[in-house]
Amino acid sequence: MSVESEEKLGHSTKDLVISMGPQHPATHGVLRLILELDGETVVKLTPHVGFLHRGTEKLHETLTYLQGIPLSDRLDYCSAMANNVGYVLAVERLFGIEAPLRAKYIRTIVSEMSRIASHIIWLATHALDIGAMTVFLYAMREREWLLDLFEMICGARLTTTYPRVGGVRNDVSEEFLDSLYLFTDEFPGRLLEYETLIDQNRIWLKRTKGIGVISAEEAINWGLTGPTLRGSGVSYDVRKHAPYDAYDLVDFDVPLGTKGDVYDRYRCRMEEFRQSNRIIRQCIEKIPKGPVMTPDAPKVTLPAKDRFATEKGLLPIQMGLMRKGPAAPAEGEIYSAVEVPKGELGFYIVSDGTGKPWRLRLRSPSFVHASVLSRLSVGHLVADVIANIGTIDIVLGECDR
Amino acid sequence: MTPEIINLAIQIIIILIKTFVLVGVVMLHVAYATYFERKVIGHMQVRLGPMRVGPHGLLQPIADMVKSLFKEDVIPSQADKAIFFSAPVISFFATMTALSVIPFSEGFVIADINVSLLFVLAMSAISTYGIIFAGIASDSKYAFLGSLRSAAQVVSYEVSLGLSLVGVMMMAGSLNLNDIIIAQSHYSYGMFIVPQFLGFLVFVVAALAETNRTPFDLPEAESELVAGYFTEYSGFRFALFYAAEYVAMIAMSSLGTICFLGGWMLPPFITDIFPFLLNVPGVIWFALKVYLSIFVYYWIRATLPRYRYDQLMNIGWKVLIPLALLNIFITGLLKMMGFFRVI
Repeated sequence: MSVESEEKLGHSTKDLVISMGPQHPATHGVLRLILELDGETVVKLTPHVGFLHRGTEKLHETLTYLQGIPLSDRLDYCSAMANNVGYVLAVERLFGIEAPLRAKYIRTIVSEMSRIASHIIWLATHALDIGAMTVFLYAMREREWLLDLFEMICGARLTTTYPRVGGVRNDVSEEFLDSLYLFTDEFPGRLLEYETLIDQNRIWLKRTKGIGVISAEEAINWGLTGPTLRGSGVSYDVRKHAPYDAYDLVDFDVPLGTKGDVYDRYRCRMEEFRQSNRIIRQCIEKIPKGPVMTPDAPKVTLPAKDRFATEKGLLPIQMGLMRKGPAAPAEGEIYSAVEVPKGELGFYIVSDGTGKPWRLRLRSPSFVHASVLSRLSVGHLVADVIANIGTIDIVLGECDR
Repeated sequence: MTPEIINLAIQIIIILIKTFVLVGVVMLHVAYATYFERKVIGHMQVRLGPMRVGPHGLLQPIADMVKSLFKEDVIPSQADKAIFFSAPVISFFATMTALSVIPFSEGFVIADINVSLLFVLAMSAISTYGIIFAGIASDSKYAFLGSLRSAAQVVSYEVSLGLSLVGVMMMAGSLNLNDIIIAQSHYSYGMFIVPQFLGFLVFVVAALAETNRTPFDLPEAESELVAGYFTEYSGFRFALFYAAEYVAMIAMSSLGTICFLGGWMLPPFITDIFPFLLNVPGVIWFALKVYLSIFVYYWIRATLPRYRYDQLMNIGWKVLIPLALLNIFITGLLKMMGFFRVI
């Protein structure tokens, strides 16, 4: 109601304040939004984060570089592998070591698998929030398949802790590569199934087109990354612009949107499914034979078990590594970023030359994206807030750290 | 005792027996409509639906009922108790009352009144009060928003629902549901869906909105408003709301069956070819048609996303009502030109 008509009536109206979350079916975990509503229109939106704060950054300071790997699983639990890879790459850069080629390919494969697995969660919950329930269950079917494949590699489904500083924990079997290839054969067909349900659905288009529009310039200024940024048409992808692992050895495109609305971001991620599928296929075809742990960093990686039978003096090395951690080469600081499904996940490590980071700072995309929520939602309706939460694709484990 | 009083007593007893039969059968149907829904949607979503309680989960509805009866009944401390208690009762009884005028088979109708079509619409409108009361009495902002949405939604869709049935009234020349069914058998196609297709489309959409089903389930949009108007309800009161939704669905499906699909009758062109079908009791045809429309409800729920509140209003006022008015105009014009002559 406008101010003049309020004065004419002789009374004033008050905005309805609603606390949405932390227990709410659509806030993807424990996000809390304070909504001020004028009718159904959002006047003000304040995101409150921190309900899942576990002090990850501080914990890293008390753990050795090798012990820090499992903490990265717990950041974005939908794509644990990609975070693992991000962490070990940062530590490798600090130590100046490089993983062997086969390990690089394996890491690329598992990163892309976790991208598909994470985007599946995004699609499923996004569609469910907008009301398309069947997409949720279709998508979960494929995620289940992927989790089984993760289980084949390392025995864990969710918190994998598979990559290691200097390579990966164990080699992948031919059987695994075959099953994964079968998955990549099937998956594009499954994508068409999801798209049949929502892609051209009039209700879906009405709910997503022109909602949560953000221009390219503004998206950059807000610090958005990943598909949330690319939906606005900015071509920025860490995999393309600062390639790590085997990304410079494979061929893939970076899908871009034009308008920067919910629908464009949806299309971007749907295309990323296909590109990830393409990357995995190329990796399986190209993967060379060879070791999966680097031999040139004996002071960083734990000695392999079979070496104990033949070599002497390994036990003290192992004990030392376990207790004090591998000593970082010198005092210094590095920033290393990877493209996780949500966006750019950065690790900033300050080293004081001991076995533990002096300071480790995480640049988590979900935290940045949660802040843009109010920019996207103010002026829209309550239902659009839900669509916007889905489209920025946040995971509170990573946001709250 | 005079014979009149005895006659009256017998009449009352017959009506009572009919009522008990109806309530029993409908409640069982409601229970198994939930089972049917979970199975249908389950199989559409590549899963099995309930499988644990009884063979193929057949006892699941019973288990649900028992569970909801024994659950703790939580009432918000700031709730307006009288209204809070009465809301589910209003919702449930209004929708059940609508069934009293519906002819399930030839001669089986509890109250054969002359304005039965209006009565069904009136009762479904009254059940909205239950939703509004629930929202206001719960002292919860989510429930409040849900009930506001519901009030707006039902007011807008009530209009198009009523208007979509005007064409049927014009063709049948009566508001009595029995007469409407019999009027359909006078035409060779035997169903008003053929000449009233536009009206049928408007009716289907409006009925979806009227019963708060996907894609118009905004009052209880679980991703936005948790559970909408019955967020604060639990136990048996929750079950009453839940049952009311299914009874309303059955009532709307019955109304659609009666007004557009020929009720318990089969079209003459089918019975002319297969005369033995006339021996099948009418209630079976009626039930089959109702199940078919309930299946469509489920099918839509498994397929479509949810509309936004303002889009729903736009469809109601800018699309459905003009279409319904156009349908009335066309029907009137054709009737005036003598197209709908009884064969």
